[in-house]
Amino acid sequence: MISPPLPAISDSSQALCILFIFLLPLAMAGLALINTGLSRSRSAAHSMMATLCVVGVAAGAYFVMGFSWQGYPGLASHSLIIFGKEWNWLGAGHFFLRGVPLDGSRPSLAALLQLFSVGLAALIPLGAASERWRLRACCASTAIFAGITYPVFAHWVWGGGWLESLGANFGLGVGFVDAGGTSTIQVVGGLTALSLVWLLGPRKGKYNPEGLPAAVPGHNQVLVLFGCLLALVGWMGLNAAGSILFANIAPGRTVLVAVNTLLSAGGAVLAAAVVTRYRFGKPDASLSANGWISGLVASSAGCASVPPAAALLIGLVAGGLVTYTVAWMEAHLGLDDPAGAVSVHAIGGIWGILAAGLFTHAAVAAVASGATSALPQGGQMLAQLVGIATLLGFVLPFTYSLNWLLNDFYPQRIPPEEERHGADLYELGAGAYPEFLTHNDEFSQW
Amino acid sequence: MLPAGWFLVLAALVLLRTFVAQNVFVAAGLGVEIMGLVLFTRAHLVPKRGHK
Repeated sequence: MISPPLPAISDSSQALCILFIFLLPLAMAGLALINTGLSRSRSAAHSMMATLCVVGVAAGAYFVMGFSWQGYPGLASHSLIIFGKEWNWLGAGHFFLRGVPLDGSRPSLAALLQLFSVGLAALIPLGAASERWRLRACCASTAIFAGITYPVFAHWVWGGGWLESLGANFGLGVGFVDAGGTSTIQVVGGLTALSLVWLLGPRKGKYNPEGLPAAVPGHNQVLVLFGCLLALVGWMGLNAAGSILFANIAPGRTVLVAVNTLLSAGGAVLAAAVVTRYRFGKPDASLSANGWISGLVASSAGCASVPPAAALLIGLVAGGLVTYTVAWMEAHLGLDDPAGAVSVHAIGGIWGILAAGLFTHAAVAAVASGATSALPQGGQMLAQLVGIATLLGFVLPFTYSLNWLLNDFYPQRIPPEEERHGADLYELGAGAYPEFLTHNDEFSQW
Repeated sequence: MLPAGWFLVLAALVLLRTFVAQNVFVAAGLGVEIMGLVLFTRAHLVPKRGHK
């Protein structure tokens, strides 16, 4: 069947949207620098090489089958009728983008945006599993992620699926709100990162026999902090393009989107700096960088529908929260996540989804959805909770199972005895910084 | 337990009509998911010396 289409896009929206989408690779570059800077120098080249491979594989897999399963409102999809309600659960387009005219129409712009954003999502597990994830395995895992996991959930939120239709079918506000991809990109990527951290286990030497973690500092804070600035530019593009295509905002409202994105990131980094200053005596650069990205992640869901003051508050909470969750997961849950990806993208993202329900201005959301009057706020919060329940109850077991199966056929982890030399030497045959003295093990508990 | 909690949430949407009952059952479904998450996490804890 065909889901109802969104109105045709205006010329100005189309031009702006293309411009914003072209900013998106900067978000990828930012995440790549953060992942690399937070890993040790012995695996730096491997991290950047894996980034290129992951982006390429993600785009390829999404082109082959991803978009056909994700779809877009107005394109063909599979639906079930249960208790008189329609449950639109999967896109039914053709593989290889056949049937999608690449002419600047809404579906073609959505396909272009998604080719980039699926790569961005696939970079999230790379940060969590760095220094111990084989290159070929990470390519295989990315193909599964971009071809199956990502498009299925993205269809539910952005492709006219049942989460998007919670408002029309069950009277829950305007349905699940996520203009910039907090759930589809960040939380799905973060939960996949969590699955891989569980499956791969911690890096050798990270935990001593008593289970206490060792601090394994990243090798270049400058890369990390510069990556944060690049990510801001990319996120502006992501949030603005997503808001035009999926929340149907007018071009002028992208000003609100940009203001909200910046305020959320700024609030988050300040909160992280202040919290670490009081916890450790001095502001921690890597946790502050985590806070910055967490603010960006949390901003995306409600970027087009929350007032700026709420965006600042969303960022403050996200930044403060991440400083605690990174340390807590490492110390108490045994999660060795060098880039803090699970905390930043999964937990920060879940907070962002909740916050969109709490602060979404009902009148703004109603106008964007075409409703004639403001919508009940409580229903919106319930829609957001249903989305979170779907992420935890469906996406996490699904992505864990797929990676578990892959790991069964092809072990994804670099042999522990080779970790000492680093992923650069084992996988690429040469280090990233051959003229420097590297492989100092003073931080490891061998 | 993670999928069980999700099915509870979906069932609440389909079967219940009042807003309060839906809220309660969605919260219960999320509670079941959190319990599942705790079990999932405990299954992956790093074994400590002296623990089998």
